[in-house]
Amino acid sequence: MTDATTAVDAVGSPDAQPGRTRRGARLSEWSALYAMSIFAALVLSAILVEATGGDWRPVVSALLDGSVRRPGRWGETLATAAPLLVVALGTVISSKAGLVNIGQEGQLYVGAAVGAYFGFLIGGPGPINVVLILIIGAAGGGLWAGVAAGLRYWRGVPEVLSTLLLVTVGGQAVAYSLRWEWLLLAPEGRRGNRNQVSEQLATDNRLPRPDFFGNEFPLTVFISVVLAVIVAFALSRTVWGFRLRMLGRNPRAAQRSGVSETRYGAMALMLGGAFAGLAGAAMLTGGGFAFGNYQMVPGFSANIGWTGLLVALVAYEKPLAAIPVAVVFAGLRTGSSFVGSTGVEGRITDVISGLLVLALLIPAAVMLLRDRRRARAAATERV
Amino acid sequence: MTDLLSAVYEIFSSESTYLNGALFAAFLAFAATGEWVAERSGTLNISVEGMLLGGAFAAAMGCHLTGSVAVGLLTAILGGVLIAGVQAEMSHRLAADQFVVGLTLNILVFGLTGFLENEIAPETTLAGRWEIPVLSDIPLLGQALFGQRWPFYILYLLLPLSWWLVYRTRWGLELRSVGENPQSADVSGIDVNKRRRQSIYYAGATCGLGGAFLIFGHIGRFEDTIVGGRGFIAIAAVIFGGWTLRGTLAGCVVFAGALSFRLSIQGLGYDVNSELLQALPFVVTIAGMAIFAHRVRAPAALAQPFIRGLK
Repeated sequence: MTDATTAVDAVGSPDAQPGRTRRGARLSEWSALYAMSIFAALVLSAILVEATGGDWRPVVSALLDGSVRRPGRWGETLATAAPLLVVALGTVISSKAGLVNIGQEGQLYVGAAVGAYFGFLIGGPGPINVVLILIIGAAGGGLWAGVAAGLRYWRGVPEVLSTLLLVTVGGQAVAYSLRWEWLLLAPEGRRGNRNQVSEQLATDNRLPRPDFFGNEFPLTVFISVVLAVIVAFALSRTVWGFRLRMLGRNPRAAQRSGVSETRYGAMALMLGGAFAGLAGAAMLTGGGFAFGNYQMVPGFSANIGWTGLLVALVAYEKPLAAIPVAVVFAGLRTGSSFVGSTGVEGRITDVISGLLVLALLIPAAVMLLRDRRRARAAATERV
Repeated sequence: MTDLLSAVYEIFSSESTYLNGALFAAFLAFAATGEWVAERSGTLNISVEGMLLGGAFAAAMGCHLTGSVAVGLLTAILGGVLIAGVQAEMSHRLAADQFVVGLTLNILVFGLTGFLENEIAPETTLAGRWEIPVLSDIPLLGQALFGQRWPFYILYLLLPLSWWLVYRTRWGLELRSVGENPQSADVSGIDVNKRRRQSIYYAGATCGLGGAFLIFGHIGRFEDTIVGGRGFIAIAAVIFGGWTLRGTLAGCVVFAGALSFRLSIQGLGYDVNSELLQALPFVVTIAGMAIFAHRVRAPAALAQPFIRGLK
């Protein structure tokens, strides 16, 4: 969508206007549109809260308390933002190649499970094992997405559907493996009072959690930011990234210039899955109490895959823009646990984030249409 | 092994299998019919899940407020159309990405209905059971097809209506041309995006009915998990059926069979792993698509947005 906008921009800008004022006008137009739609989304949410007999002010204050204000909470928010960002980066890669991967939730879950399985199986010395779990987790998520890639390029199954259906299949497969001791289930006597739980990672098998001003978060926060920079560089400044983007914008032209759709498409889809799997493994090794407490449990993925997908969509497929967006969505998530105390159902945050995403889609769409109209007007003037 | 075989025989010879199968198939068919119309116009409408859930919730609310099932059906259509409105206007008037809008709508509706359900807790009733004389006495299939609660029978009107609309009216011809070649359709004076919006509204209405059927004809009360991913199975049924109404229905029956088999075999007390059984319909769906997706021709402009002058 943004690609189309820039393309139109280049074609459709009336040549009479000097570049700088036009750019300034566009910028203010963009910001006004964004401000308006975000405001509308927030007002709608507030109306919803009021209509069901709540009060929106304490909800906002609870959201802020839970995400940043209370001691230790912004560390929690960053720790949640890290896997979201990693998932979003993978999504950016696959959507740059023109593929719609919406199965991150399953890829993340499967990646974490595979990482955990081999982590316990190998059980090498601490730091090496952590790295191994992360790598194997990424491989697991990538292979899970590879199923969808195979179906797409050999059998012509749309990846939108196959990735999505594989979420449920993956979830059930992991739940199944949590029933058998030879797979993931912890041996009798080490399960506590639960019946579907894996062993806990040993303390030397966890990612370190440095402490800043009373806020602690795992190393994944730094890793994810580094990954964002790498992905941004690879997509915009390397031949590989160029080919990927070409495939996404015009598959036929890409094919003609020697970019194999099967090879690059499958690679992009599997990389997307690998990032999701990596996020899952990172949640396992570094997530702490928020994510399963260093062990696999049913529902381990906790909607991080879905939310990460939304982060990528809202960031308009820009890796660096995904960083602040991930933090905002993480804040909504960590804040939601505090909302319950105001007497308003905590799921209101799901509604808020859904409305926000829809609102953030509007400016680009409006601008695209407006540019089209201007271009057409300019074209008729010239005639 | 013979044990399992006799169990399968038992399942296939019991009336309840067919009864459950028909309930699942009907629910899928409501959604899949609308989705089929939308896909023929070139929209891969993935907000079916949200439309079904929204329709179901609207049905429950209508019934909660007035106590009438008929009003519930109407509000369900309204609910489905409302969600379809967001999808249609955003993806075919504003040119936002249809997958992004659909996916967000699914998440939004899931959160919204869950939130409202907790705040309001609508009370609903089941609709009355209509036994069609003579026909409902047919062995095995009679009860399944002619002894259901009355919202079930709307399907018998909806299917021929959809077929007639798409294949026998000018509107349907334009709809299909928009799905095959929007540029040509545009040149010959058809408002491409308008037709696509209308087809999504139609899908919203049928999905609303599907949600209402789920509430009044099958389950009886609203929960936010009642649809549980079956909207996506409905999409798969359209692909499985090669974008024909006949095939779509066949897809609904096959996938419903997988869903119903799971219930039956557990009902007989066989200790089959529940996780694997829950994954079964999805695996069948994926396998079905893998076998059939290549053999059939999709509408040529499926999932491609239309903006005049941009190709």
